[in-house]
Amino acid sequence: MTSSITTASKGSKILGLTSLVGFVVLVLLAFFVTDPDIRFHPETGEEFGQFDAVRLLYLHVPLIAVTYLAFVVCAIASAGYLVKRTFWWDSMAHAAGEVGTLTCALVLITGSIWGRPVWNTWWEWGDVRVMSTLILFLLFLGYLALRGAFVSPQRAARPAAIVALIAVLDIPLINRSVEWWENRTLHQKSTLSELKIEDLTLFTLMLGILVALLVMSWLILHRFRVAWLEHAEFEQGIKTAIEERRQIDNED
Amino acid sequence: MKRLFADIRLITSKDLKIELRSRVLINQVAPFALIILVLFGIALDADQKSLRNFASGLFWISVLLCALMAISRSMTIERDDEALVGLNLSGVDPLAIFLGKTCAIAIQLLILEIFLGVGIILLYRSEVEDFWLLVSTGLFACIAVSALGTIFGFLASGLGVRETLLPILLLPLLLPVLIGATRAFDDALGVAAINGWNWFAFVAGLTVILTTVGAGANYLLADN
Repeated sequence: MTSSITTASKGSKILGLTSLVGFVVLVLLAFFVTDPDIRFHPETGEEFGQFDAVRLLYLHVPLIAVTYLAFVVCAIASAGYLVKRTFWWDSMAHAAGEVGTLTCALVLITGSIWGRPVWNTWWEWGDVRVMSTLILFLLFLGYLALRGAFVSPQRAARPAAIVALIAVLDIPLINRSVEWWENRTLHQKSTLSELKIEDLTLFTLMLGILVALLVMSWLILHRFRVAWLEHAEFEQGIKTAIEERRQIDNED
Repeated sequence: MKRLFADIRLITSKDLKIELRSRVLINQVAPFALIILVLFGIALDADQKSLRNFASGLFWISVLLCALMAISRSMTIERDDEALVGLNLSGVDPLAIFLGKTCAIAIQLLILEIFLGVGIILLYRSEVEDFWLLVSTGLFACIAVSALGTIFGFLASGLGVRETLLPILLLPLLLPVLIGATRAFDDALGVAAINGWNWFAFVAGLTVILTTVGAGANYLLADN
């Protein structure tokens, strides 16, 4: 009889299902129910705005929020590892770092697709926020490459924790860049904190953030459990090797 | 404090003596820098105007590529025969090891910057309009590169893949330094009408932050 190892639990299944339902509702609201962004010039009456491209922001903005959160979780868990030196903290940092890198890539992709019709460019080299987000992505790619370079997860833990703590310093820079370098960015200042949007648009955006949070939690949970199983397998491998060695010694 | 400075001087002179004896900087890194300058010239089809306009960027990319070699070299001499373990056990303050190695790499990079600077003036026909802006930016940026390079060199030193890992870890963090130093050089070389001293202030601020971050990371790395 073979034992089946799974990373799922009753709680994670409920979380996954909720995320899926939430995502479907979000897609319906974002792409079919909400209105496109069409405004009229007060003097000329000419149409302007983001039109249908605004719908992408219901994905792009929540992805930014969860990217920040995942990297902050990664940094907190890294600091936790440096203090406690336990595998739990290291696995949490690894899981959050990996999920954050994935969502950061999606931020850059959705931002680029949105930027084409709205800013008339796929990529803006002079935009401080775009560039600092790219730097964040590259820093965490380095973080994952560093982790992958070690054979033993235990040996990777401390260097990786230090890199995560350095890399996360980029987040305040990204967040404040629109204020500090006003004339070097195409991004607008914070819309959410000043609540310049309302009604269904605001609801959809908030739902997007909630769904993104649920999906991120689900991904981190499963990645954490995979890391835990990998660790158990690694430890078991060492134990088995020692046992085999002992048996050989006893036979001799 | 006196002991710390003595240890820093000791580590710096040790690294520089090894460098002087092995002559890797002169025999390998400097020719590599020259090759990069020539390659850029060929890649841009020897268009003198483009070369002069892009000289700052090409200069700093060359510095970063050469810095990777210098950092890698600095860590290799500590890895052979587990010299770094011996150094850590010798009772020298870890901060002195970090700052000493940073100083040694910074001195080597400064020599390379002078070499590359002469190279862009001769090959790309760049003209220096603000000498002190050039010198100040070159000095601070190379300290920033050396400080971060040392810490990431330590992080990757025990790995077989450090040559490929070091650029992935280091270069993204150095991008703001690259941007600031290039803009300051643009002004110093008279190819852009911007206030280069503002960009110098940006580079100097980054240097202080990155060196502090490097020292903090070194403390965490050395703490067992």
